Amino acid sequence: MIVLEQLCKTYHLGGESVHALDHLDLQIAAGDYLSVMGPSGSGKSTLLNMLGLLDTPDSGHYRLEQQEMSALGEEQRAQIRNHKIGFVFQAYHLIDRLNARENIELPLILTGVPPRERRTRVDELLERLGLSRHAAHHPHQLSGGQRQRVAIARAVIRRPALLLADEPTGNLDSHSGAEVIGLLEELNGEGITLLVVTHDPAMGKRARRQLWMQDGQLISDTRNRDSGDPDANR
Amino acid sequence: MRTADLIQFNLHLLLRQWFRTLMILLATAVGVAAVLLLTGLGEGARRFVLDEFSLLGQDTLILLPGRKETTGGLPPLTGEGTRDITLDDVDALSRLPGIEMVAPLIVGNAQVYVGGRNREIVTLGTSARFFELRQLSMQQGQALPDIPLQQAGAVCVIGPEVRRELFGTQRALGEWIRVGDRRFRVIGIVEDRGESLGMDVSNQVILPVASAQQIFNTQGMFRVLLKVRAGASIERSRERVIELMQQRHGGERDVTLITQDALLGAFTDILGLLTLSVAAIAAISLVVAGILIMNITLISVSQRTAEIGLLKALGASAALVRLLFISEALMLSAFGALIGIISGYALLWLGHSIWPQFPVTVPLWALSGSLIIALGVATLFAWLPASRAARLAPVQALKGEVHDA
Repeated sequence: MIVLEQLCKTYHLGGESVHALDHLDLQIAAGDYLSVMGPSGSGKSTLLNMLGLLDTPDSGHYRLEQQEMSALGEEQRAQIRNHKIGFVFQAYHLIDRLNARENIELPLILTGVPPRERRTRVDELLERLGLSRHAAHHPHQLSGGQRQRVAIARAVIRRPALLLADEPTGNLDSHSGAEVIGLLEELNGEGITLLVVTHDPAMGKRARRQLWMQDGQLISDTRNRDSGDPDANR
Repeated sequence: MRTADLIQFNLHLLLRQWFRTLMILLATAVGVAAVLLLTGLGEGARRFVLDEFSLLGQDTLILLPGRKETTGGLPPLTGEGTRDITLDDVDALSRLPGIEMVAPLIVGNAQVYVGGRNREIVTLGTSARFFELRQLSMQQGQALPDIPLQQAGAVCVIGPEVRRELFGTQRALGEWIRVGDRRFRVIGIVEDRGESLGMDVSNQVILPVASAQQIFNTQGMFRVLLKVRAGASIERSRERVIELMQQRHGGERDVTLITQDALLGAFTDILGLLTLSVAAIAAISLVVAGILIMNITLISVSQRTAEIGLLKALGASAALVRLLFISEALMLSAFGALIGIISGYALLWLGHSIWPQFPVTVPLWALSGSLIIALGVATLFAWLPASRAARLAPVQALKGEVHDA
């Protein structure tokens, strides 16, 4: 589904060049479940931003579902972010003044989906995620776990092909964290490709495919044996 | 994004920061109201003066004795001619083609007696034509009779104010009054029409011109009012009048003829300029409101950096982010302008109800101009911060790191 070829990105910080991505090659199959780990500054967040079309590479190619992304303009990239990609952030990034329902329907509002259609889709999703009671609650009335579930609902309301999660449990206690991970894995089970960036090795190990990054390069790419994939340890 | 959703999104924002919203609404409203109020008053003053002078009508010429320059400055309102304009001159003028009617005018102060009371009252000597020319209507009785100009008559028409002063509540019509050393019977009382051309008809006694000549012991007219026949050229008629007077006065051009236009022109120019300049001053307050909107939008952009990043991640393009901020500013200034328009008109209406004779009308250019300036300034000043927001890189914005892109 995703093909990265020789992707490069260099940041200039205080006169020093940092190779956040250094000629990176990566292929991701549809429906896969990946974790990306590595020390700070290894380029994991940059990789996430590239995959999410939030940032543009200096050179190299990015194909998403056979479509070349590097050549797209800002307007088209925004369209693809809206339709094919969902984001889950460590800090939830819910809008305080909007209630849970309004936060979840935001991606639909941005692309002008009519209110009636929005309503049925949001209701369905709230029901599924057990958030129906909280539809009218504002973020400050929700617990951390509930907020992250609202954020996940917002990420998948468009039924994206790719779900990108950046430290999704970083701000949560272990119980809520486990719930959130469970929910993400459940969504993956329905066919959404899931990529989680994390510092937590326990969480990283749960993924079928584990990437380890350092200095902008992939230094290891392993598959869990119990995933039943014979092609591990490439 | 649907317009209804956009408006709702902005409303959420504006209501959440209600104090900020209120201040901007106030600033914009004050600006718009100031423009409407000042232009309304200016335009009112212009109309007031215009109405006063246009009572005579566009097609009326005023002939006065003596040669005066009418270009530059106000036309002369007093003046002694080298040679009098006589009643014979008036007769000759009324026979000119293109002149519909001619009314002679003698003005003086005379002592007026009724029973034991006496007052000094402005006395006009004129003819029946004067009533038609100045469109005076009668409250009671009738106007001066249509008699030859040279014939004195013992009748008079008085203003309502004169009637009140001299007769009180008693019947005035048919009574005799003494003006100077002659007696006149009151045959009519004119309708009170307020002041016009600096002369308050309600405070005057109107006599046949020949009688006034005897009272004031004069031959010459103070003024002659001429009405040009409908359809005739005012310019041609004007030349004819001057030629005739020159011919009758032994080749000497010793009269002055002024037109309504000359009289009004000066006033309209000055007052128009005045209105425009106060409007410009008021417009400055709108620009100030615009700068306030810019500052607020700038603050809003930096406070909402993370939100901008989020919206971009969720699929908002740069153009949509810009639209969000500009529409927010536009909504603010549109609401503010609306409040300003309502309060501006309310204040003008209040002023009008306190002083009814003063016409207050907001010219359309001021109304539309203030609206356009309010909305234009908001768009213009919100553009810069909005573009800054649109340029924000989503990643940095999400982390709340604002770099000037």
